[in-house]
Amino acid sequence: MSDSGPLLTLITFLPLLGMCAILFIPSRQKEWIKIVSLIFTLPSLVLGIKMLIEFDPQVGYQFIEKAPWIPAFNIHYYMGVDGLSVPMVFLTVLLCPICVLASWGIEDRIKGYCAMFLLLETGMLGVFCALDLFLFYVFWELMLLPMYFLIGIWGGPRKEYAAIKFFLYTLFGSVFLLLAVIAIWLATSPHSFDMTQLNEQLLQSGVGATFRNLCFLAMYVAFAVKIPAFPFHTWLPDAHVEAPTAISVILAGILLKMGTYGILRVSYPIFPDSAKWFAPVMVMIALINIVYGSLCAMAQTDLKKLVAYSSIAHMGYVMLGMASFTPAAMNGAVFQMFNHGTITAMLFLLVGVIYDRAHHRDIDGFGGLAAQTPIYAGITSLAFFAALGLPGLSGFISEALVFLGAFPTWPIITILSTSGIVLTAGYMLWTFQRIFLGPLNEKYRTLPEINARELVTLVPLAIIVLFLGIYPAPMLNIFDHAVRELLNRIL
Amino acid sequence: MDNLSSLSYFIPELTLTVTLLLVLCSDLLHREQEGLDFPAWLALVGMFVAFVAHFGLYGKPAVSLFEGMIAHDPFAVFFKGFFIFCTFIIVLLSIYSSEVFYYRKSEYLAILSAICLGMCLTASSTNLIMLYLSIELMSIGSYLLAGFARSGGKTDEAAIKYVLFGAMSTGVMLFGMSILYGLTGTMDIAGIRQVLFANVSSDPVVLLSFLFVLVGAGYKIAAVPFHFWCPDVYEGAPTPVTAFLSVASKGTGFALLIRFFYRAMLQPAGEGTWSSLPAIDWMLLFAILSAVTMTAGNLGAMPQRNIKRLLAYSAIAHAGYLLMGIAALTSEGIASILFYLVMYLFTNLTAFLVVMILVNRTGEDEIPSYRGLWQRAPLPAVVMAIALISLTGLPPTAGFVGKLYLFIAAWHSGLYWLVVVAVLNSVVSLYYYFRIVRAMFLETGPDTAISHQPVYETVLVLLAAPILLLMIFFGPVLRLAQYCAQMLP
Repeated sequence: MSDSGPLLTLITFLPLLGMCAILFIPSRQKEWIKIVSLIFTLPSLVLGIKMLIEFDPQVGYQFIEKAPWIPAFNIHYYMGVDGLSVPMVFLTVLLCPICVLASWGIEDRIKGYCAMFLLLETGMLGVFCALDLFLFYVFWELMLLPMYFLIGIWGGPRKEYAAIKFFLYTLFGSVFLLLAVIAIWLATSPHSFDMTQLNEQLLQSGVGATFRNLCFLAMYVAFAVKIPAFPFHTWLPDAHVEAPTAISVILAGILLKMGTYGILRVSYPIFPDSAKWFAPVMVMIALINIVYGSLCAMAQTDLKKLVAYSSIAHMGYVMLGMASFTPAAMNGAVFQMFNHGTITAMLFLLVGVIYDRAHHRDIDGFGGLAAQTPIYAGITSLAFFAALGLPGLSGFISEALVFLGAFPTWPIITILSTSGIVLTAGYMLWTFQRIFLGPLNEKYRTLPEINARELVTLVPLAIIVLFLGIYPAPMLNIFDHAVRELLNRIL
Repeated sequence: MDNLSSLSYFIPELTLTVTLLLVLCSDLLHREQEGLDFPAWLALVGMFVAFVAHFGLYGKPAVSLFEGMIAHDPFAVFFKGFFIFCTFIIVLLSIYSSEVFYYRKSEYLAILSAICLGMCLTASSTNLIMLYLSIELMSIGSYLLAGFARSGGKTDEAAIKYVLFGAMSTGVMLFGMSILYGLTGTMDIAGIRQVLFANVSSDPVVLLSFLFVLVGAGYKIAAVPFHFWCPDVYEGAPTPVTAFLSVASKGTGFALLIRFFYRAMLQPAGEGTWSSLPAIDWMLLFAILSAVTMTAGNLGAMPQRNIKRLLAYSAIAHAGYLLMGIAALTSEGIASILFYLVMYLFTNLTAFLVVMILVNRTGEDEIPSYRGLWQRAPLPAVVMAIALISLTGLPPTAGFVGKLYLFIAAWHSGLYWLVVVAVLNSVVSLYYYFRIVRAMFLETGPDTAISHQPVYETVLVLLAAPILLLMIFFGPVLRLAQYCAQMLP
């Protein structure tokens, strides 16, 4: 395992190196800045694929790098991935080059944009690779800053409001994570931030159930804001609508997964008994997310806001799966995290495509576009069908697994949750109909078809969605073992 | 130790004294010039030598100097270094400042050196008389500097307020000290403790006298309810002086508070814990003081339009965070204060340097004048953002690890509610710190570029780099703070 060199460090910090490189390019060289940032996202993708290939699903943490960082506090630079993190790392390195391509149209202050974007990529990858709680927290917060600037500078009309709202909400959550981190660190002896050992160490030091439950709750607040779980979800529609296309993709595709990833990586393994204790509440929140998110999505007239609310609903499936503690449901939840990353990324990219051409996102303002832009309509239909869980596309597999697995544990709630599928189908098809079917809106008789650069960003995602819909086994194999290990701890 | 052999422990202070005299005399021999002239060089070299000299004191064992007047211990050495370094930076900032009167440059520099000397003595005094004299030495100098600006109006108001509040609070402190002397019959701070603990005195007068001393220290650190001078003085005083007050003066307040409180009112109970007199709950007292101070500071900062007033309220809030370390009543708590002060030094000086550059060039210190600063002066804007992020306490900046250690110290002592209050305060503070970031980066302003002295580019980078580096390599500073938390018993 260690013969692969500092693989995770390279994956994580190459974008940061790219950021430093960009700072030396004069601001006038706009094309070069974009090309260099694209170049610096590619090695991480290549190394990410290498990691995916070399990863052995039957073993726990791999590609481990561990070095003392601050010995006085027993902080380590501890990186490693297991079956839960590998899909997320892969998703991140996959989406980042796509997002750089999707940002090609940005001209205003592109240097700052690319620098911030690469810093964001480092932060995200760090979160998925860190196994030291302190390191995890640093990356977790590191990510907020570039996000604030990316929304706040390059966003839409209400960007300032959306940016600070996003920042305040997530920071509010994070400080509770910080509290839990401090409490855990002081409760272990010797003081430790090692995520892989904390459960045993806390058991040894004999902390009470109240302490564990409180810590779990504090962490849950931090992660719930990111998911975003009801009632912490209100930052999401604002942030998504105001953010530029590529940043919406990152927000929905990766940032939201950090919430559920955090629960699976940090909360569940460290406090397995609290996980069970909290499951009834979590499953209720999941149900609210699904039903309420879908209903809100149905009521939207802004296409981007609709996708944003659909994300809330789709993350509800992940939470439902996580709260059910059956192998099928948990596998479904992790798989749904990956699938939602690819599908929602497609949806936001598609919204960006139409917005660049029509300069508005009002669903009722289009009509009959299928005749004018058939390729665009085709890809959109694929993404919409994937989002509503059509069999043969990847979204179906993960949602089906979640429902199958959740039913034995929470029969009534699962039945109620399936209404989400109907609702999703309802608003997705209705939206598709309003935009693409019917008579062509005369205003858009000259609407240009999707171009090659935009196709390059969409086609890889479409292939993955299609492939995993037909043959999901390769992806399921990666995390199945890790999911079962986690379940063994909890049950 | 007798007076003569004490001198070898006194080199930084002696250097400061010589510098002070030389700078004063240089005024007679030398004609004033713009910028870095002879007196300025003299002051810088003097500070530098004193700073280098203070490193020589680190290894030496802790002793009592000058017949028990002054302590030599790691704690005192730390603060000497802190004050001298801070003064050095302030001299550097003042040189090109347009706010300070330059036909009185050597006076300004001499006063600054005198204040620095007073601060070093405050941090090491172990006798009430010595303590009071040192505080007065620094205070009187500070009053002068607060009024040391080109224009009248706000500056005069600031100076007068500063003097009145200062005189009042040091007067009350002196009163408290006299009561203590009356109770115990000794001026030696450790002697006071001996008498108090021997008689197990839980007399309310003990509490009262300490509260009076606290008024003096609370005024220096700008803790609620002794903070009312702070916004006005910060706004009116010349920016370099404001920066000096916000860092060095606050540091002195904490040195005084820790030295006096831990030496007179607490007894070491082994393993880095301290026990207090029965029937007096110091922990609760300081915890409440801390919670109220940080909350009042943060809420007060919200509606501010003037950046110096905003930073004044932020300084009040930070006094609140720092008080958590005192409330912990452990050596860890002291260490966390020292650690945080180092982080705070770089962060706050950086922020004030940017404010100063803008005041010099545009004469504006309102937040709207920061609009679009990123386009007009990229380096100051980026550096200011880093400083503000550090003040908020977010990674990857020094402010984060500083706060983390304070939180750990307080949590370790069982002050869970205080830590919760503190983290929620951090969230609140994000809002107003990022109003400045928002103005600088998110909003657009006039297109005119803001030029500045090239030397400031170097200083900005040198001050801002530690903010980032100390987050990544804070191990050495942590060890230093833990070592310097030791005081002469």
